[in-house]
Amino acid sequence: MTATPTPAGPAGAGAASPTPLLRLDNVDTFYGPIHILQGVTLEVMPGELVSLLGGNASGKSTTLKTALGLVRPRTGTVSIAGEDVTTRTTSYRIAKGLAIVPENRRLFAPMTVLENLEMGAYLHGSPTKEDFERVYTLFPRVYERRSQLAGTLSGGEQQMVAVGRALMCRPRLLLMDEPSMGLAPILVEKSFEIIQQVHEAGVAMLIVEQNANMALSIADRGYVLSTGRIVLQGTAAMLLADDDLKKAYLGR
Amino acid sequence: MVPGCSAARDHTFLLLVDQFIQTIVDSVTLGSVYALIALGYSMVYGILKLLPFAHGDVFMVGSFIGLGVLKAFGGAANPTISIWLVLVLMALAAMAGCAVLGVAVERFAYRPLRNAPRIAPLISALGTSFFIAYSMQLLFGANHRTYDTFTMAGGKLFLSGITWGPLHVSLVRIIVVVVAVVMMVVLWLLVSRTRMGKAMRATSFDREAAMMMGVDVDKVIVFTFVLGSALAGIGGVLFSLRTDVYSQMGFLAGLSGFTAAVIGGIGSVPGAMLGGYLLGLVETVTQTYISTGWSNLFIFSILVAFMLIRPSGILGKAEIKKV
Ligand SMILES: Nc1ncnc2c1ncn2[C@@H]1O[C@H](COP(=O)(O)OP(=O)(O)OP(=O)(O)O)[C@@H](O)[C@H]1O
Ligand SMILES: [Mg+2]
Repeated sequence: MTATPTPAGPAGAGAASPTPLLRLDNVDTFYGPIHILQGVTLEVMPGELVSLLGGNASGKSTTLKTALGLVRPRTGTVSIAGEDVTTRTTSYRIAKGLAIVPENRRLFAPMTVLENLEMGAYLHGSPTKEDFERVYTLFPRVYERRSQLAGTLSGGEQQMVAVGRALMCRPRLLLMDEPSMGLAPILVEKSFEIIQQVHEAGVAMLIVEQNANMALSIADRGYVLSTGRIVLQGTAAMLLADDDLKKAYLGR
Repeated sequence: MVPGCSAARDHTFLLLVDQFIQTIVDSVTLGSVYALIALGYSMVYGILKLLPFAHGDVFMVGSFIGLGVLKAFGGAANPTISIWLVLVLMALAAMAGCAVLGVAVERFAYRPLRNAPRIAPLISALGTSFFIAYSMQLLFGANHRTYDTFTMAGGKLFLSGITWGPLHVSLVRIIVVVVAVVMMVVLWLLVSRTRMGKAMRATSFDREAAMMMGVDVDKVIVFTFVLGSALAGIGGVLFSLRTDVYSQMGFLAGLSGFTAAVIGGIGSVPGAMLGGYLLGLVETVTQTYISTGWSNLFIFSILVAFMLIRPSGILGKAEIKKV
């Protein structure tokens, strides 16, 4: 819906300074005494695809968890569509339109694929036919496997279910934590195609990826985290051309 | 000579068969109650990874609530309304009362310690168990009471039932087993079919992932305690139809329920049911064929053996793998 042909960037989303769908403002997150995120500020505009890059343990997953309310920042605010949700529960934020494809998928292994999808629509009460249709059209394979236990699926199939499950709650913003992890190269490409497809349907995305090249090739903008701080940000094109980033990630 | 001898042998054989069948019937009756207790243990463990040691005392309170309702309606022999209706009210009141008690225990004894080291809620659970048992003792004394089931409806509960040759299955046993099985079927449907039941299974597998789906874990935990405690409550009433009511009865009942849960595979709903019936079988078989005094020793040896050799129980997963 927001597939405006304007060049990438928040400026393209509306005339008067638009409200970001998600905004972390100067967020500091701790695990016990350990200071992880340090003054992280980040925005995702409606319909935008933003990529979050960074090395291992730089705090990418923590950023997503802070956005979703699985951890609470000690200082700073999180807002969704302009509303301060810093002290709100995860389920409140999901009801506001967030969804996540978590790191390592985190499917409910002893439950069937169908039940996993139903869990994705948990906040709606009962999912509609269209909810299932949308997922099955994207992943015919998931339909075939719907009565299989999720724990017995192949890695690639699990990934499809994890994405499908997140889409079941009709998100406005999808958080994805390394969606291509553990996939064969051909499946990685396929998964990026699907991400683009979902994005073109109007869902904004914040994607954590190790594969920086691939992630930036489909992103509007990107942020680079290093030991809990945003060290670099800009349009995807800008980041792709950045020498420091090239040295750090792309040149590997 | 020969036919007479064979007839005598046949008779002895028939008595043995009869005794055996009677033992099985006994074990199913006892097992039904153990299964009801074990289910609460198992479900709570699945969600909180906590052994709710006060669960047996919730069961005891259920038994007392049943007694209270019975007394309120004039007692077993001369109830003011139909004794069948009284029995239904006893069961419903025990379920409701225990659900409230279970939720209160969770709220005040377990929830404040949810993020504490695991030993803390365990000690709190033990303390709560003593607290409930001795509060009841203070209120109602330590003496044993009974429902006087013998005098209900002129003894019908024991005298009528299914008689088949020398075998007699009394109505009270049939009631215990049928009610327990119906409860378990209802529980099974709740857990496997409803939205809350699915949230419960999801939470017990991976709490954070369930939160990521928007599940309010506090609500799921309360739901679990409502279900488990209500089952314990009705279990208490069913149990006391055939035995006594006393303030310390929760200890052994709870330990038996816990053992049944461990045998079946703690955290598993079908496992708790299976474990309950297996434990009932072991207990009655030792009582019939070895000695009454030995049955508890047997039960707890089995508990220890399972803990040492197969802590995940019969139906439990050896190591719960997260995807
Ligand atoms: N629950 C936790 N308790 C304590 N420390 C944690 C916890 N979760 C993460 N950390 C620490 O926080 C730091 C950042 O972790 P995070 O998972 O956000 O990194 P990441 O950027 O996602 O890394 P990766 O690319 O390896 O997934 C790490 O040092 C990690 O050990
Ligand atoms: Mg991570």
